[in-house]
Amino acid sequence: MKRRDFIKQSALASSVFMVPSFVTAFDEVLKKSLGYKRLVIIQLTGGNDGLNTLVPFRNDIYYRNRPKIAIKRSDVIKLTDEVGFHKSLQPLVDLYDKGYLSIINNVGYPNPNRSHFRSMDIWQTASSSNEQLQSGWIGRYLDLYATEPYAAIEVDESLSLALKGNELNGIATNNARRLYRTSQDPYIKNVLRNYQEEHLSDHNLGYLYKTTIAAESSARYIYQTTRTTRSYQDFTQHNFGKQLKTAAEFINSGLQTKVFYTSLSGFDTHARQNVVQDRLLKVYADNMGKFVEELEKHDTFKDTLILTFSEFGRRVKQNAANGTDHGTANNVFVIGKHLKTPGMYNSMPDLGDLDNNGDLKFEIDFRHIYATVLNKWLEVDDEIILNDSFEKLKFI
Amino acid sequence: MTVLKTMDTKHLQHLFWRAGFGIQPEQLRSLKAMTRKQVVNKLFNDSKLYKELNIDLSEFAHFDLATILKNQDQLREFIEKSRLKIRDFNVTWVKHMASSDSVLRERMTLFWANHFVCKDNNILYVRQYNNLLRKHALGNLKDFAKAVSKEPAMLKYLNNKQNVKASPNENFARELMELFTLGKGHYTEKDIKESARAFTGYYHNFEGVFRIRKLMHDYGIKRFMNYRGRLDGDDIIDIIFEQKQCARFICQKIYTYFVNDQINEFHVDQMIDVLYPKYKIDELMRFVFMQDWFYNDENIGTKIKSPIDFFVGVNNTVPMDFKKPRQMLGIQKVLGQILLDPPNVAGWKGGRSWIDSNTILFRLRLPSILLNNSRISAKEKGDFNDSMMGMMASKGQSGSYFKVVSDWSAFREAYKNVPIEELSEHLIVTQINEGTQAYLNGLGKTSKRDYCIQLMSLPEYQMC
Repeated sequence: MKRRDFIKQSALASSVFMVPSFVTAFDEVLKKSLGYKRLVIIQLTGGNDGLNTLVPFRNDIYYRNRPKIAIKRSDVIKLTDEVGFHKSLQPLVDLYDKGYLSIINNVGYPNPNRSHFRSMDIWQTASSSNEQLQSGWIGRYLDLYATEPYAAIEVDESLSLALKGNELNGIATNNARRLYRTSQDPYIKNVLRNYQEEHLSDHNLGYLYKTTIAAESSARYIYQTTRTTRSYQDFTQHNFGKQLKTAAEFINSGLQTKVFYTSLSGFDTHARQNVVQDRLLKVYADNMGKFVEELEKHDTFKDTLILTFSEFGRRVKQNAANGTDHGTANNVFVIGKHLKTPGMYNSMPDLGDLDNNGDLKFEIDFRHIYATVLNKWLEVDDEIILNDSFEKLKFI
Repeated sequence: MTVLKTMDTKHLQHLFWRAGFGIQPEQLRSLKAMTRKQVVNKLFNDSKLYKELNIDLSEFAHFDLATILKNQDQLREFIEKSRLKIRDFNVTWVKHMASSDSVLRERMTLFWANHFVCKDNNILYVRQYNNLLRKHALGNLKDFAKAVSKEPAMLKYLNNKQNVKASPNENFARELMELFTLGKGHYTEKDIKESARAFTGYYHNFEGVFRIRKLMHDYGIKRFMNYRGRLDGDDIIDIIFEQKQCARFICQKIYTYFVNDQINEFHVDQMIDVLYPKYKIDELMRFVFMQDWFYNDENIGTKIKSPIDFFVGVNNTVPMDFKKPRQMLGIQKVLGQILLDPPNVAGWKGGRSWIDSNTILFRLRLPSILLNNSRISAKEKGDFNDSMMGMMASKGQSGSYFKVVSDWSAFREAYKNVPIEELSEHLIVTQINEGTQAYLNGLGKTSKRDYCIQLMSLPEYQMC
C-alpha cells in the first residue's frame, strides 16, 4: 500500500464514530512525525490595492495612471532602488530587513474573476476560475491529516469555506471561554453522555452527535490549554489586533493546531482610497509586527509561517472617485524565520503590459504557493489536496 | 377494490416537513381523517394560486436611471437603501414561510432559489426574481428556465449582460448546463461556446424589463448538440430540455432534497418518466408525494434540516418577533445560510455540510437562547435543586442580546390538547436515540414549555 493511500484510509477510518484506539495512536505518531510547524493565514478582504502597498516609485506609468492617489516618492519607505513600502508599513520593513519577509509579486490565476465573492471562493477552495468547489483547501487538508476540529482554528465567529472539508471541518472561535461555555450546557452534556452509538454512526443523526461530541471536546481542549496563557503585547484595539492576540496566545500555549485563519476587511477602496488604505495597512502592519515579536519571545516564531493574501488586486488606473476598481493579480506576503528567498521573490508587475481591462497579468498561480506551503512546510501531499500537480516555488 | 386508508400521524408529519415547514397539532387532527390522495390534493389546492410576496418600495419611485448615472450621491443612496430593503425582504420571506397557507409553493420557492441560484444588490430585481421563482415554482420547468434566462438579476449575476457578439461571455451558458439543467459531463466546451453566442445581446432596462440589443446579438448559424441553425437562447433551452439527461438531473436533485440524500436510481427512473418530456413540476411533485416509497422508514426523519428549515420550524411552534431585523440575519449568518445571499452559483451544498462544530453548538443552544433566556432545564425526576449549573452557565451570556418577543401563549393554545408525554411525537420526526430516550424518560416533565425547549435542544430536532 502506498503511504498516501494508507494515510487516507486511516484518516477516513478515524472519522467514523468509533475510532479503534490503535488508529488514534497511529494518528498521534503521524502527527508528531509531521512536526509542529504551523501556518497562519491572513486574509485581506475586499481586494487590497497591491500597487499602493508596494510602490514602484520610479515608474512613470504608475504616476501617470494615478494622478490623485499615487504614493509620493518622498512618502515611500524604500526597499530597493525601484520599490518601496507604503508609509504605514514600517513594521513590515523591519521584518524585511531581518530577512523574515518574502514578497511574491503578480500572484493570480487564469481567467480572473473580478467579483469579490467568486474570487474569494476561488482562493479559499483553490479551484480554477471555471470550477465550483464546495470544500476549502484547508478543509481538504483536515480531511486527510487531522482527526479533531481544533487542527484548524478560524479566529472569528463563524467558519469560512476555506476551513470546511468533506469529512472534517475546522472550528471558529475568537473567545475560547465563550465557546467553551456554549458547549458546556449541562442538559446537552447529559444528552451526549447518554447517547448510544451502536447503529447510528453512519447516519446523519450519528453525524450530528459525532460532530457535537467533537465540538465539545475541541472547545474544552482549546479553553483548557489556552486559559493560562496571556499575551501582554500591546496589540491595537482593532478587531484584527484582538484576533492576532488570540492567535498568539493559542500558539504560545502549545495548542496542537496546525492552521490559524484570520482576516481583516474593508479593502474595497472604490472611493477615497488613500484615507482608508492608510489606516488599514497600519492596522495590518502594526499588529503583524507585534504578533511576530510575541512569537519570537516564546520561541514559536521559528515553527510558524504566515501567509497574507487578498482575493484580487486593483486596477492600475485610478477612478474618478479617487479610488480604484477591482483588478486581478496582486502581491502575497510570506513571513517566517527561515525563508529561502527573503526579500523580493520575483520582479514587480510590468505596468506596460496589461490585459484588455487595464489589469495586471498574473505570473504565478496562487495554487503554486499553496502547493509549496502544503508540501514543504506542512509536509503533506499537496497533489491530493489540490487535486492537481503544481510546481513548487522556492521561498521555503 | 382498494381499501381507502387514512394517513398515519408519522406520515403526515413527514409529508408536511418535506413539502412544507412542519405541521401543528390542530392541522394534524383535521387531516387525520383523510386519505393520502385527499391530503396531497389539499396540499396542491392550497398552493394553487400564486400571489406576489411584497414589501413597500415606494421610496424607490423617485429614482430613475438618468439621474442615478449622473449623480454619484444618488447612486450611493440607491445602493444603501437597496441593501436595507433586501434585509427587510429577507425577514418578510422568512415570516411568509412560517405563516403562508401555500406551504408547498413556499417550499418549492425555497428549493428553486437554491437551484436557479442568483443574487443581486438591487432590491427591485431581487424581489422580481424571488417572485419569479414563486410564480413558476409548480409550473412548467422549461418556461421557468427561459424566464430565468431573461431576468435582470440573473443577467447581471452570470454576466450575460456583458455577453455580446463581438466578445461572447460564456458564464451563463456554462452554468445553465452545468448547474441548472444537465450537470457536468453532458455537454462539450464547443456546446458552451456555441450556446453563449445564442444568448448574446440579452439586456434589460432600469425598470427590469427584458429586451434584446439587436446590434449585440449574434444572428449567425450555431451548431449546438445535434442542431444547426440561427439559434437564439430559447432555442438552446428547448434543445437542452429535449435531452432526457435534463430530466434526470432535475429528478436527482429533487429526490436528494425532498426524499433522501442517498439516491435510489429505481425511484428516480420512475420520476423521470413523469417529468419527461412535458416538464410539469406539479405532476412530478404529486407523483413523489403519492408514492409508497416516499413514506418508507429510511426516508423519514433522515435529512438534516437546513438553517431555514430549523429556524422556521422553531418559529412555527413558538412564534417569535424580532425587534431588530438585523439580528435575524445575524442568526442566519452564524447558522450558515443567509437567504438572498448564497455563497456562489452552486448554492448551498446542504446535508451534512450545514453542520460544523460551531453551527451544531449554535443550533442546539439557539431555541433556549431565543425562547428561554438561554436556559435548558436539566432537572431530573425528584430533583428539586434545579440546575444551578445551568443557571450559572447561562448567566451573562447572550440571552438578552437578542431582542425577541416569543409568544408562548400561542404555543400553549396550539398544544393544549397534547399531553406532555406526546409532545416529543409532535416535535421530533426522527427515531430518538435509545440512550437519549432513556435520559428523556428520566426527566421530571413538569412544564410543557421546559420540555419543548429540551426537545428542541436535541440533535434529533435537527432532523426532518
